[in-house]
Amino acid sequence: MASKVYVETTLNGEAVEFLCEPRQSLLEVLRDVLGFTGTKEGCLTGDCGACSVIMDGRVSCSCLVLGPEAQGKNIQTVEGLAQSDKLHPLQQKFLEHAALQCGICTPGFLVAAKALLDRNPQPTEHDVRYALAGNLCRCTGYDKIVRAVLDAAAVMQGR
Amino acid sequence: MEVQEHKFKVIGTRPIRHDGADKVTGRARYGADISLPGMLHGKVLRSPHAHARIKSIDASAALALPGVKAVLTSADFPKLAAGVVQMGELPMNPRYMSMNLMAQNKVLYDGHAVAAVAATSPHIAEEALKLIKVEYEPLPHVQNVVNAMKDDAPILLPELRTSGAPEKKDKETNIANQLRFARGDLEAGFKAAEVIVEREFDTSMVHQGYIEPHNAVAQYNPDGQTVIWTSTQGAFTARDQCALALDIPAGSIKVVPAEIGGGFGGKIGLYLEPLALLLSKKTGKPVKLVMSRGDVLRATGPTSGSHIRVKMGANKAGKITAAQIWMAYEAGAFPGSPVGAGCMTVLAPYDLENLQIDGFDVVVNKPKTAAYRAPGATNAAMGAETVIDELAEKLGIDPLEFRRINGAKEGTAQPAGPKYQRIGFLETIEAIKNSPHYQSPAPKSGNGKLRGRGVASGFWFNAGFQSSATVNINTDGTANVVTGSTDIGGTRASCAMIAAEVLGLKAEEVHPVVADTESIGHTDMTGGSRVTFATGYAVYEAAQDAVNQLKQRAATLWKAKPEEVVYQDGVVSRTTNGNESLTLKELAGKLPRAGGPVTGRASVNPRGVGPAFATHVVDVEVDAETGKVDILRYTATQDVGKAVHPSYVEGQMQGAVAQGVGWALNEEYFYDEKGTLRNAGFLDYRMPTCLDLPMIETILVEVPNPGHPIGVRGVGEVPIVPPPAALANAIYRAVGVRMTELPMSPAKVTKAILEKTAKK
Repeated sequence: MASKVYVETTLNGEAVEFLCEPRQSLLEVLRDVLGFTGTKEGCLTGDCGACSVIMDGRVSCSCLVLGPEAQGKNIQTVEGLAQSDKLHPLQQKFLEHAALQCGICTPGFLVAAKALLDRNPQPTEHDVRYALAGNLCRCTGYDKIVRAVLDAAAVMQGR
Repeated sequence: MEVQEHKFKVIGTRPIRHDGADKVTGRARYGADISLPGMLHGKVLRSPHAHARIKSIDASAALALPGVKAVLTSADFPKLAAGVVQMGELPMNPRYMSMNLMAQNKVLYDGHAVAAVAATSPHIAEEALKLIKVEYEPLPHVQNVVNAMKDDAPILLPELRTSGAPEKKDKETNIANQLRFARGDLEAGFKAAEVIVEREFDTSMVHQGYIEPHNAVAQYNPDGQTVIWTSTQGAFTARDQCALALDIPAGSIKVVPAEIGGGFGGKIGLYLEPLALLLSKKTGKPVKLVMSRGDVLRATGPTSGSHIRVKMGANKAGKITAAQIWMAYEAGAFPGSPVGAGCMTVLAPYDLENLQIDGFDVVVNKPKTAAYRAPGATNAAMGAETVIDELAEKLGIDPLEFRRINGAKEGTAQPAGPKYQRIGFLETIEAIKNSPHYQSPAPKSGNGKLRGRGVASGFWFNAGFQSSATVNINTDGTANVVTGSTDIGGTRASCAMIAAEVLGLKAEEVHPVVADTESIGHTDMTGGSRVTFATGYAVYEAAQDAVNQLKQRAATLWKAKPEEVVYQDGVVSRTTNGNESLTLKELAGKLPRAGGPVTGRASVNPRGVGPAFATHVVDVEVDAETGKVDILRYTATQDVGKAVHPSYVEGQMQGAVAQGVGWALNEEYFYDEKGTLRNAGFLDYRMPTCLDLPMIETILVEVPNPGHPIGVRGVGEVPIVPPPAALANAIYRAVGVRMTELPMSPAKVTKAILEKTAKK
């Protein structure tokens, strides 16, 4: 019997097929099977948010999703944020506000912030803090991250 | 040295960091992102016991599992002699380093490495760990620093004797080292005091908490050469430790520094690199090891828990007349806690005549401690800075004014002896006094919420150490800067900006590179807040070297003497014989005809380290029923010397405050009675989230360091020192109880409130 499962999914807008062991997490599939290493591993218990992806519109810890569960889903990772040669406003604002230091949590924060702005384009500071509370950053104290997200929201609203 | 007074063009601006696009697109390559053809995956078996003798290890069943290629135990490591090798901020003992990498005969803490496996997948390696049979004989353990110092305490290292003791005793002990700093007449000092405050403090072991777990990929070649990719604070330090641990030449190892996902001191020592190398040698294949979060918490970091006694007296005028401090730090399973730094920093902000500070480095059955941001200073400051607050209160003096009265300035002798050069401590006090935060009324209690404001100060030495840099002029007149300093929080940008300033280029016209150990001269680790200071110094000198060469090239072109040529703002011009001039871009195109490429280089070991001081103010709200402490407002100020990239200086301060808040309110290593760590995960080792913190206001005070050409002081460490004490002082104003234990968790604050109510 084959030890791997055949999965069809949509990754950053592209149709993707892969084979994975049933015990492999979506995080492991993204990183080790598909080579999308932008999504990071921080804890494997869903506590740090470094592995955040958007799955069918919702932020999910990809370490808590099994690879085969990606079947038929629409998955967005940090690699899907920039469009051709242009950074997403969130990425641009993270750079302008110096909202990253070591950068390991940055992909997860960007993905979680994207999901927030997708459903709430005009968040308050509290909305941002609430939406990003599942993502740990140990370098920045969050100040510049929150400012970057608020600024990106303003820019995207044409304000 | 004269600090340049002229206006900077690049330094002090806020350009986008050069590695930024890679890091927001997911393209930056961290250690765990490295994959090589045919690579195996390794996992480490760790002790479930706090203290036990290893009677036997049987790996036969693990080796029989399909996909398993090798098993490693301490038998594969060379037996090393004891001794002391200075590496970075902390001294290292090769024998203990080896014993920590892989337990020999005994395990000394829950999480101590016992064996390692390499297999074709991480899952198979994990299954194999379960098949390794280790027979343990559990031994009594000791984890509390005070208990470990008792005569009848279980002994961790039978050969250990106390160094620095006034009288030598040939007796088994857990006290590895004791030290004393003293001056003046303590007794007379306390006699002269109007008020004396005496308190005891306990602080918990805490972890650096970087989000990226430790990792290493090693590829051993049959010719004896090895390449290691790893997320480390120091590629050279990693290489040299690896060579030391495995007793092989450092030159046989190349370390390629991957991007690093945080370190805070915890990624200077090694855990995985030598294991990966040995497994690669055994299997003939590249091997990758990545820790789980549980492994990170159980076996790496942390910093010391401590027991501290503080007695201080002050006269009516608010002058401290005597200070006596006794502190014992948990070293973890092997000697080397930062108690020395604790002793030297704890009273360093103050000008004191009579003092005595005693420190003890004590081994306990917990992981070997590693450096953590201003190692040893934060828990010490919790003691001294809250007692100072109490003295000020008893004398009816404003706590900032009390600090100003006693504050150190240029010429003040530090507790450890040396006198300060130009420092900016008093300026930080002044900055807080004048801040919008301190000028606003202190928050008032009401509606079941208790509110208060607290202040505290802190000191950190900062470090110099060795750095190398090269500055290469490109054919288009831009430049590359090559250094060997891991960029942990924006130092590529600061190094590029320093080169740009000297060369008269824009920040974005200089491209910074962090090189491997074969592509740049020796450079010590990223630590001690030293990179922008020392590596920045090397970059400054290398850029000056490039400028001198450019002047020579121009002189060759113009058939002039080099001293007839000046270089300013990216233009070379001739001071004699007409007004010939060339922009750097024009000159770069002519270099092939003027003597060839320009490569500036410099290696430094700068002595002019400028110490850093910080003063913080915080407003808190305490829930009277639950004891939960919320932070309403926080302002941090610091003497930063000269801020090269102010955004990343602010970022260092904000991040350190967040870590200090975690240390103060939530974080602790929680062991059960068996000595097992019960909160080895991010759910239960609770670090602050963005919902736990407000915006963190920063005020950069710039008192240039006279020992640096641009006036740079290290900025990364000192801002973690004041937060626990500032919060304790704020909680006191809110609830009327002096907190003496870290963390000041809801349970402890509630208990304090209930005890106070019961007394009434």
